[in-house]
Amino acid sequence: MSEERIIAYREALREAMVEEMRTDPTIFLIGEEVAEYNGAYKVSQGMLDEFGAKRVIDTPIAELGFAGISVGAAMNGLRPIVEFMTFNFALLAIDQVVNSAAKVLEMSGGQFNCPIVFRGPSGSAGQLGAQHSQMFENWYANVPGLKVISPSNPYDAKGLLKSAIRDNDPVVFMESEVMYGDKGNVPAGEYIIPIGKGDIKRSGTDVTIVSFNKMMKVALSAAEELAKENISAEVIDLRTIRPLDFPLIVESVKKTNRLVIVEESWPFGSISSEITFQVQKYAFDYLDAPIKRVTGKDVSLGYAPTLVEAYLPNVADTVKAAKSALYLV
Amino acid sequence: MAQTAPAAKATKVTSVNGKAQGSKELTFSKEIYMRWYEEMLLMRRFEEKAGQLYGQQKIRGFCHLYIGQEAVVSGTMSALEKGDKLITAYRDHAHAIACGISPNAVMAELYGKIDGSTKGKGGSMHLFSKEHNFFGGHGIVGAQIPLGAGIAFADKYLGTNNICVCFMGDGAVRQGALHETFTMAMLWKIPVVFVCENNRYGMGTAVERTTNVPDLYKIALAYDMPSAQVDGMECEKVHAAMKEAADRARNEHIPTFLEIKTYRYKGHSMSDPAKYRTREEVDEYKAKDPIEHVEHTILASNFATKADLEAIEEKIKQIVEASVQFAEASPFPDASELYKDNYMQEDYPFLMD
Repeated sequence: MSEERIIAYREALREAMVEEMRTDPTIFLIGEEVAEYNGAYKVSQGMLDEFGAKRVIDTPIAELGFAGISVGAAMNGLRPIVEFMTFNFALLAIDQVVNSAAKVLEMSGGQFNCPIVFRGPSGSAGQLGAQHSQMFENWYANVPGLKVISPSNPYDAKGLLKSAIRDNDPVVFMESEVMYGDKGNVPAGEYIIPIGKGDIKRSGTDVTIVSFNKMMKVALSAAEELAKENISAEVIDLRTIRPLDFPLIVESVKKTNRLVIVEESWPFGSISSEITFQVQKYAFDYLDAPIKRVTGKDVSLGYAPTLVEAYLPNVADTVKAAKSALYLV
Repeated sequence: MAQTAPAAKATKVTSVNGKAQGSKELTFSKEIYMRWYEEMLLMRRFEEKAGQLYGQQKIRGFCHLYIGQEAVVSGTMSALEKGDKLITAYRDHAHAIACGISPNAVMAELYGKIDGSTKGKGGSMHLFSKEHNFFGGHGIVGAQIPLGAGIAFADKYLGTNNICVCFMGDGAVRQGALHETFTMAMLWKIPVVFVCENNRYGMGTAVERTTNVPDLYKIALAYDMPSAQVDGMECEKVHAAMKEAADRARNEHIPTFLEIKTYRYKGHSMSDPAKYRTREEVDEYKAKDPIEHVEHTILASNFATKADLEAIEEKIKQIVEASVQFAEASPFPDASELYKDNYMQEDYPFLMD
């Protein structure tokens, strides 16, 4: 392990882009406010100065248009990184992500691939109301042709973004507005994290807790609370949503015999739904209790602090779910 | 270009939005006329056969014929240079053939066979050829517009001298994608030529029923983009307008929007009886048939004899027949092909249950 070096999540993302852009001139960054404003969330700070306006490109507010132009560029020899100010706004561009980027390799019989990264923050970020608080990992993860990544800390963010940029398939890379300032150890040396592999962030024996993105904080805090009561929770960080590392979860459940999934988004047709199907199929005989989940509530998220608090998964609910799986409540 | 043959009649083209480069007098050689004739006749006979085969259920799915619009593609191709790119929507058979994809590969694709241009995966609407710089047939109306700009963006970024011609129908100009793309294409000086093939109907809806500005070239005025309205029933006029637009894209990195007025003789797709228009209207356009127009010029200019043209007709008949034999003989893709070409990653772990 390299010498300890503490940097913020946004800096880790920036390092990933800068390092890759230095080695490959076909990579460029495009999006709203990425260049002269230095990024709406300062992820791209300083990149215009280093790479110039040819490779760090401000766009008008036209998500569908600049996403489509980037997909076309990717079909013709470039490797775009498309920044969406948030994935809420990326819905305007979802036609180009789903109908063009994800499908062009298949439709062209393998002739045209689309090496592109669509990245930006996802999920709630304070009292932002219903239109600025959504997570769509499961939407994109439903689509063959795409890969979906949702990292929970600076180290993972850098290693996974470098993999995403080098990948020859389209990757949807979902960050978190409230994690951009999070600090963590990121070694100075070169490293990448493979796409499609989950990570055991805490080992345990009594119950498995699976989560991703900023809900990992809830999962890990819940594991701390459970430890105070001598309950040993194993916490798995999915890191990649598609392809999802089901074998890692199944193996963990075979050990703990209990599973809790913590997910910020809505319950219907969610990541937790799919994990639940896979685990009941491949670890049915190992389960000692029904699978539990703690998700965002099945409603649009209102503005008031009381509504936000009632909506989001929290540590108490996760502890309760784990204990329920252990028949302790 | 050989200039030994006498030139055909001159054609006058003028850009109409006030940014015109000045009217140009262009003449075309025998070689160009013969190329147009042979290319358009191949498109026509190929698609007539495709229409028959659709009726026999040899070709399934959606099938959109281009018959009547051939001069738009032929007049474009003769004005382009090697390495230039094309992209269009789903009415794409003629574009694919003109780019150089063999009729065998196109017909096999319409059949859904493994020797088709996209291995039976794209079908009629999604013909592609990287080798021939054909960036596809796309099925979402207007979605190819930003893609076309992006293809040209990449050529400029990489420093090639090539351009992209991005085709769309008259229905597509109502999509937001067009307006977003026009903004950025002008802002970033992308070397692209946008072509609206205005065949007067978006499926069954006449242009006049979609807008209070039926002159579609005027859309470009809001973006300060050069534009022109072009007669799409004559290759000469299409070529002249395309050459001017292509030069502007190539040399000045300025996009152009060409509204090329054309007509499809057939319905929107094979299932469309086209009851929204009159027989008289169809006949009016057939009287201006682009192939007959070129044939007339060839004969009047003594570029070839009637017997020469009959020999070409016979040759094309053989090519089309051979494409049918080729498609018939080719197998359907094996079911295992389903899991290929979804990802570049060769060991992608698909969910299998």
